[in-house]
Amino acid sequence: MTSSDPRSVLGTLRARIATLERGSGTAPAPVAYLPFGLSAIDRLLPGRGLQLGALHEVAPAQAAISHAAACTLFAAGILARTQGPILWCLAARDLFAPALARVGLHPDRVIYVETYREAELLPLVEEGARFRGLAGVVGEVARTGLTASRRLQLCAEESGVTVLLVRRAPAASDGAGTTASAATSRWSVEAVPASRRAAGFGRGRWRVGLQRCRGAALGSEPASWLVEACDEAGRLALPADLAERSHPQARQGRAAAG
Amino acid sequence: MAVAQAQAMVPGITVREATPEADADALARLAAWCLWCAPLTAPDPPDGVWVEIAGSAHLFGGEAAMLRTLLTRLRAGGCTVRLAVADTPGAAWAVARFAPRETSPLVGPGQMAAAVASLPVRALRLAPETVAGLAELGIERVAQLAALPRGPLSLRVGRAVLQRLDQVLGHAPEPIAWAMPAEAAVVRRAFPEPISAPATLERVATDLTGDLVALLARRGLGARRLDLSFRRVDGGVHALCVGTASATRDAAHLARLLCARLAEVDPGFGLDEACLAAGRTEPLAAVQGEGLDTGETAQVDLAALVDRLAARAGARRVFRVVPVESRVPERSQRRAPPLAPADGRSWPADLARPARLFEPPEPVQATALLPDAPPALFVWRGVRHRVVRADGPERVRGEWWAAEGELASLRDYYRVETEDGARYWIYRDAPMAEGPRWWLQGVFG
Repeated sequence: MTSSDPRSVLGTLRARIATLERGSGTAPAPVAYLPFGLSAIDRLLPGRGLQLGALHEVAPAQAAISHAAACTLFAAGILARTQGPILWCLAARDLFAPALARVGLHPDRVIYVETYREAELLPLVEEGARFRGLAGVVGEVARTGLTASRRLQLCAEESGVTVLLVRRAPAASDGAGTTASAATSRWSVEAVPASRRAAGFGRGRWRVGLQRCRGAALGSEPASWLVEACDEAGRLALPADLAERSHPQARQGRAAAG
Repeated sequence: MAVAQAQAMVPGITVREATPEADADALARLAAWCLWCAPLTAPDPPDGVWVEIAGSAHLFGGEAAMLRTLLTRLRAGGCTVRLAVADTPGAAWAVARFAPRETSPLVGPGQMAAAVASLPVRALRLAPETVAGLAELGIERVAQLAALPRGPLSLRVGRAVLQRLDQVLGHAPEPIAWAMPAEAAVVRRAFPEPISAPATLERVATDLTGDLVALLARRGLGARRLDLSFRRVDGGVHALCVGTASATRDAAHLARLLCARLAEVDPGFGLDEACLAAGRTEPLAAVQGEGLDTGETAQVDLAALVDRLAARAGARRVFRVVPVESRVPERSQRRAPPLAPADGRSWPADLARPARLFEPPEPVQATALLPDAPPALFVWRGVRHRVVRADGPERVRGEWWAAEGELASLRDYYRVETEDGARYWIYRDAPMAEGPRWWLQGVFG
């Protein structure tokens, strides 16, 4: 027996479990993954990247507006690395499109739809999630529920559209802590001060946390990484001056072990 | 009168074959021609045309001016006509045909009884034998007829006479089959039993859409707007209208658009007729079905998605954002139709722009250590922020060609990072020497 055999057996089992979870006898559509290009993050995710054709949630770690803005750019950066048109469901008028273009999301790719009522937003997101041919849908929501997220997840699996719910407020401010969700993964993004040693006004710096992810080998604590904000192609980068810090290194080691 | 008798009376008379079909055609054409002055017209064989001028007379400066215009044009076209305007079709018919030439062709509101009183009973559009029967009773004028008690009169001469009289006076409705323009694509369904269940409405809408799409396909048209109207058993009409972003004949797509709106229909006691019309159409050539797979990824057709979103949120709420060549940040983007052709333009890549832009900017109290230096401290929404890093200024001058009073305006934009890592976009609206104010316009991610 070669060493790759257990892995393939595991893969087959996972596929069968996924089929059972979907509740239908048909084989699941081939799943694609979008790597972040950072091995520290990708090695933790099943498929070595963010699963396309699935629902993901991005929430600011704290209530300040700068964290919400970081979430917006984080989502835009993910979609900038895909191909195809994007639907962006707005709940407020303050999104500034040039910033999306700066992280690689060309204005020709994005169609916006706006509404002011929370109840109308999720149906719009769902219309996009059902539409084969879109690369992704972004919904700027205040909160989600288990039912709504389950619907979106099923739509996304069916159509292959990646759905990103970008929350305007952190999960904790809902009152009852983290609300239940059927999302494939949940991320938190926080804008943190750039290094004091950095010269000039460089790229911003975020702490990106993976709070949960279906099928990922997460430890007891959510994993988090300090990264530099998206560049003009939507890519994150590890800060150059963090090599000697132990925190993310230790995190990686434990994740790999678990 | 026989032709032979006429020829005997008038030597050299010209005899022509009667052509009722051609006459009816010509009358229909004349009715269609009258559409320039009013939305509803109908031929009234053998020799009349109905024109519903309610709501359109003011466009010509009143009813009298409208009649003059219509008369001039008809005469220029070689027609000999008499015109009349009244509240009811019957009164207009009577006045146009039987009123003395010196009386006004305009019957004032509610004046029908007076206008037709002195006219012969033939003016009520009665059958000749009925007119003869009334004449035997000594009734020749409408006023005489109107003065008789209704019950005995109805028994004696039949209900038709009273019906006509009521129609002239406006006591009974008079349905007129208004001519539909030939190009309108309309399909309808009448139901033997009134329907009201949502599922039934959906099936009806789907069936009608299929019929309409087949009709449009034969004509080489695609729908841009659909009008679906339901007639209720109590006579009310409920209509709804959906638009599409581009001409389409996709029955499933159109049916889904309509079904999404069916919740607005209040069936009341039931609906007994449905009518679906393509209110606006555009030429749409037949398309090749998917035959050979060329292997290329097809361009995604977003029109269907845009239509569905517009049906839910409203057409104005679906848009794209395109660049505008302006240095003033809030003017550098513009909304465009969602299916506007992509032209590849984007914003300059070297200018840092915030993810969230406040419009209008919010005032802040800022303290700068030196004149023309970025702020070291600012208070925004009641919270004090200490700046640890700043970049700028980026100077933006007012666009004097865009707005009056911007000639002297000037903004110095700074990107600042506060202690907690938040990055803001702050500007000063005048040089330091002139006592500027500070504004916060955006938040970077």
